Amino acid sequence: MNATAEMTAAGAASASAPTGAIVMNCQIDKVFYGDFLAVRASTVPIEKNKITGFIGPSGCGKSTVLRSLNRMNDLIPIFRFEGKVTYHGQDIYDRKVDPVVVRRYIGMVFQQPNPFAMSIYDNVAFGLRLNGFKGNLDERVEKALKGAACWNEVKDKLKNSGLSLSGGQQQRLCIARAIATEPDVLLMDEPCSALDPIATRRVEELMLELKEKYTIALVTHNMQQATRVADTTAFFGVDISQGSRTGYLVEMGPTRQIFEDPQEKLTGEYVRGEFS
Amino acid sequence: MASHHFDHVDRSGSVSGPPSAGDYIFDRGFRGVAWLSAVFILALVVYIVIEIGGKALPAFSEYGFGFLTSTTWNVQTGQFGILPEIWGTLYSSLLALIIGGVFGVAIAIFLTQDFLHGHLAAVFRTIIELLAAIPSVVYGLWGIYVLIPLLRPVANWLHGEFGFVPFFGTSLSGPGLGPAALVLAIMILPTVASISVDALHQVPYKVKEAAYGMGTTRWEAILKVMLPTAGSGILAALVLGFGRALGETMALAMLIGNSNQISLSLFSPANTLAALLASSFPEAGPVEVRALMYAALVLLAITLIVNAIGLAVMKFATRKFEAER
Ligand SMILES: Nc1ncnc2c1ncn2[C@@H]1O[C@H](COP(=O)(O)OP(=O)(O)O)[C@@H](O)[C@H]1O
Ligand SMILES: [Mg+2]
Repeated sequence: MNATAEMTAAGAASASAPTGAIVMNCQIDKVFYGDFLAVRASTVPIEKNKITGFIGPSGCGKSTVLRSLNRMNDLIPIFRFEGKVTYHGQDIYDRKVDPVVVRRYIGMVFQQPNPFAMSIYDNVAFGLRLNGFKGNLDERVEKALKGAACWNEVKDKLKNSGLSLSGGQQQRLCIARAIATEPDVLLMDEPCSALDPIATRRVEELMLELKEKYTIALVTHNMQQATRVADTTAFFGVDISQGSRTGYLVEMGPTRQIFEDPQEKLTGEYVRGEFS
Repeated sequence: MASHHFDHVDRSGSVSGPPSAGDYIFDRGFRGVAWLSAVFILALVVYIVIEIGGKALPAFSEYGFGFLTSTTWNVQTGQFGILPEIWGTLYSSLLALIIGGVFGVAIAIFLTQDFLHGHLAAVFRTIIELLAAIPSVVYGLWGIYVLIPLLRPVANWLHGEFGFVPFFGTSLSGPGLGPAALVLAIMILPTVASISVDALHQVPYKVKEAAYGMGTTRWEAILKVMLPTAGSGILAALVLGFGRALGETMALAMLIGNSNQISLSLFSPANTLAALLASSFPEAGPVEVRALMYAALVLLAITLIVNAIGLAVMKFATRKFEAER
């Protein structure tokens, strides 16, 4: 697609100004599940060719924010979004925007590996066929599987079910499926939480390779993972002062700064492991 | 069953311990009952086959396999053949399967894929399942007094305009294959719909998310992901529906016209094995009863074969792509 990245001022009070081009800017006003205010005013810019990590205690709304970036939350009937998410300057929550189109440019990898009950090949070719790809399908499938670092393991069994693979392989298959159509942005919601340490390492290496071509937003529960792969880290907290549990962005900045020299007391306590 | 209880481990002060003897007895007892029930069901099927087979044997030795290919059923001359009934059984059931299958699966999609609010979907599902509670004879009466008069003008118009199409080759004078198949379709609808609903409900939410996450439209998600993933369950629904259609008796006996003909026409009267049995048994003499027993055996065989094929297809589909859930 013809991407004209534009610079947008980062709006969050405590986020230091990003240096690169902003692909997406998520300006949340309020996010509700029914009457429950899940996330309040937070601005999260996503920079091009960087990995933006989302960390914070569970229930602070990391997944909610991430899934707002490609309108995945539209699947939940009680979900309500107030605010703006600009993607190359266009608000994806604009009434004129079809969420289906948004999701074709902004791919997603989920916490649980979720390959389709079809062959490995068909899993990877799914998005290509969906988008009416007319070129050499075999070539693109191979490229995606290589890109997801699982070609060598599956090249001899492309006709086998995607569900016959191990958890780690399934997750890399899902990454291959997501990158086959070369989306612009890749959203990853705790992609390693169901994986063993070796598979986790491989997926992390993969993310570092992928950011050369894509822009990645990564939710992680694992702070070491954030320090290993994220260029920018957004720390979310939970505000319980109103008698409810509302998530919000506490602080966002270069990963090193968040972990070594946080501006907020809460961030420091969290990254030192004083609460979770 | 484990008998070693780590008695040498000092457990003083701990609440951990082996399951009680009662737990083991219950487990063993339950297993026994389950086995017994399974064996009993198997024995029952074998017994039924043997019993009917035994009663059909005299007719089988008399008419041989010619019984399956002959088209007359004449008590006076003692000529018996059930080809028209076999044809009518398969044809009406197939039609019912196509109509009931399409609508049943469509209803299941409608009820499970967020077209309706959850409560409303549950209400709708209950209503559809209530269709299964209507007695067969009521369907038959409804067919005679409502459906046939309603269909007749349409059928006769179709015959008049498109009589050259084999399906419309005759006019509809009263009972016939078309009305029978339609009623049959409604009768198998609850089976097909509710088993398909269960199959679609069993597709994990994460699979649905994966589909929408790839940027599918709702229909792309349904057709390319949800239906294939629920495929073996939907296949099971169709097989069970077909099995039910094959054996349905009362409504068909009332609606199909009980006529020994083989015709592609939807409007021609026909007959099915079950309807033949139901309508002929009450007044049958000993010779005819033997022939009817043979026909019953054939019906049983058809039903068993269809179910076996269905199971085999399902097993194949499952083995191929559903390694785990
Ligand atoms: N589908 C949902 N319906 C209702 N509440 C939800 C739903 N998903 C998440 N929530 C609530 O929103 C809050 C944020 O959840 P989530 O974004 O999943 O947090 P995180 O990913 O940081 O653990 C939690 O309080 C959670 O209970
Ligand atoms: Mg989460």
